[in-house]
Amino acid sequence: MTSFFDVLLGGVFHASVLFLVAAGLQLVFGVQRIVNLACGSFYALGAFFGITAVNWSIGHGAPQWAFLPVLVLAGIVLAAIGPFIELLLRSVYKRDEAFQLLLTFALVLMFQDVLRFFWGANPQQLGNLSMSYGKVAIGAVSFPTYNVLVMAASLAIAVGLGVFLSRTRYGRILRATAENREMAEALGADVRWIYASVFTLGTMLGTVGGALVVPTAAASLDMPVELVVEAFAVVVIGGLGSMRGALVGALIVGLTRAAAISFYAELEVLAIYVIVIAVLVARPAGLFGKPVE
Amino acid sequence: MSTAPGRPEPGTQGRASLLAFVAVAIVVLAAFPHVAAPYYVTLVLPAFAYAIALLGFNLLFGTTGLLSFGHALFVAIGAYGAAVLSSRLGVKSLELILVASSVAAAVAALPVALLSVRYVRIFFGILTLAFGMLFHSFLFKFYDLTGGDTGIRVLRPTILGMDFKELDKTAFLVGPFYYACLLLAVVLGVVMWRIVHSPFGLHLAAIRENPIKAEYLGVRVRRFRLLAFLISAFYCAIGGVILAINTGQADPELAYWTHSGELVFMTVLGGFASFFGPVVGAFTFIFLKSELMGLTQYWRFCLGATLAVIVIVFPRGLMGLAKDAWRTVAKR
Repeated sequence: MTSFFDVLLGGVFHASVLFLVAAGLQLVFGVQRIVNLACGSFYALGAFFGITAVNWSIGHGAPQWAFLPVLVLAGIVLAAIGPFIELLLRSVYKRDEAFQLLLTFALVLMFQDVLRFFWGANPQQLGNLSMSYGKVAIGAVSFPTYNVLVMAASLAIAVGLGVFLSRTRYGRILRATAENREMAEALGADVRWIYASVFTLGTMLGTVGGALVVPTAAASLDMPVELVVEAFAVVVIGGLGSMRGALVGALIVGLTRAAAISFYAELEVLAIYVIVIAVLVARPAGLFGKPVE
Repeated sequence: MSTAPGRPEPGTQGRASLLAFVAVAIVVLAAFPHVAAPYYVTLVLPAFAYAIALLGFNLLFGTTGLLSFGHALFVAIGAYGAAVLSSRLGVKSLELILVASSVAAAVAALPVALLSVRYVRIFFGILTLAFGMLFHSFLFKFYDLTGGDTGIRVLRPTILGMDFKELDKTAFLVGPFYYACLLLAVVLGVVMWRIVHSPFGLHLAAIRENPIKAEYLGVRVRRFRLLAFLISAFYCAIGGVILAINTGQADPELAYWTHSGELVFMTVLGGFASFFGPVVGAFTFIFLKSELMGLTQYWRFCLGATLAVIVIVFPRGLMGLAKDAWRTVAKR
């Protein structure tokens, strides 16, 4: 029973971080039609920068409990790189998808060395800081409070994004642009601003996700390329461009991974990709995606 | 894209100068081991490997218009084929290894292709990436079968039954093996040229330009895409065999998605709209990478920046640049 809850909670925790990155990927794909391979790089950047920010704040006398807000803040601040990268991507919006994909691959290569330049080649950790929030116990099962907080934060962001996209004026314009760029532009939507802001928002979801995971896992240079593999699985299972898909996909991938690791570790990534291929064969557009042309 | 592969090349004069270029390139490559330091000669081996792999890859990408982000899968099958045959099953003949590994790759490509060619554009790319990662995690995790992250050693093969025992490792690689690879590259290059310029190749180009119209005119779009996929897997596996024999090792990184990305990188660097683009891209990439690695530990950044410049400013790649230069010179 205990192990069942461990798998469940571990899986949901992983899913909540994956959801953030996948949501950023979906947002950017939904509006700009670009599959951003560099989403994993933003995630890793968030993780490394988060460590630096927390160490800096503790060094400057911030109380230890403040590390969670510091991490979130670090992630948000980092999103400032978003507009500059969007500027670079702007040159390929009208090109073939192959070029868009390749340009984000170029970003992956460059970020790999940006991380190496600032933080070195060795993995970095925040120590056992996540335990400083104590544990939540439900019956015989106990679970770090920090992980519960991250799950709650991720859920709040999911709900917030949903409300934002469906209820606000900006959200409506954004969805209209995703639906039909020319028409939205003809009706007076400022598409340049929308693209820049959406990409920045997507970047922020990635960097915050990376910052939040770092108290529980080491930040390493393998992070960006490894995360892309899982984030891709999430969006393909859920359906490219769909937010609901990102949520459900993240849960499926997170739980599958947790279950595979605890029962048969060899199957970790294999199991995820068997699901991906099964979904693509049965429902080409993913669980919540629009039909492929 | 004025001269995409699959279209008749301009005039007989253009063809003659092209032939002259290729002949000179082959002569230079044949003389290379006698004039250059062994280090540079061993660099040409992976360049041969990638040139062959990319000739196949570009039949799918440049000619048919399908971008795969998982073709490292077939390079890895070639490499592991060489590893398993040479160090587990005791098969030493290079010819047998080449045939067995590439046929194995084509067979493995069949189910992958059957599923993937139902899609185009970005979905095709993602699905092929998924298959690549599936194979990578199999190689990486099933230690007993595949040697896990260290992979499997590849033993020195015999060429046409000769084992060259008197040569040490480098002498073997830059000697008989080099010429075997050169011969392979030339033969497979000629075969690919015939494929691209055959009616079959023209069908593929028609599919790239307008799949709906092609289908309307009676082209069996999916079947042709499938065939192009299988041929590309075959070529990639031959590249994989050469890579593995050169390094003496087959490891899971060969199947990783970033390696697939590098394949696309090289193709675009050389110019995917030109028949020889991938070959130029392979040689340029290998030498550029080795020079950058010698210069700085931040070579990935430089490669990434190069790729970004190519994508944004020179989407037709080096061959596109060369063609423009050639045209300006010819006009004068």
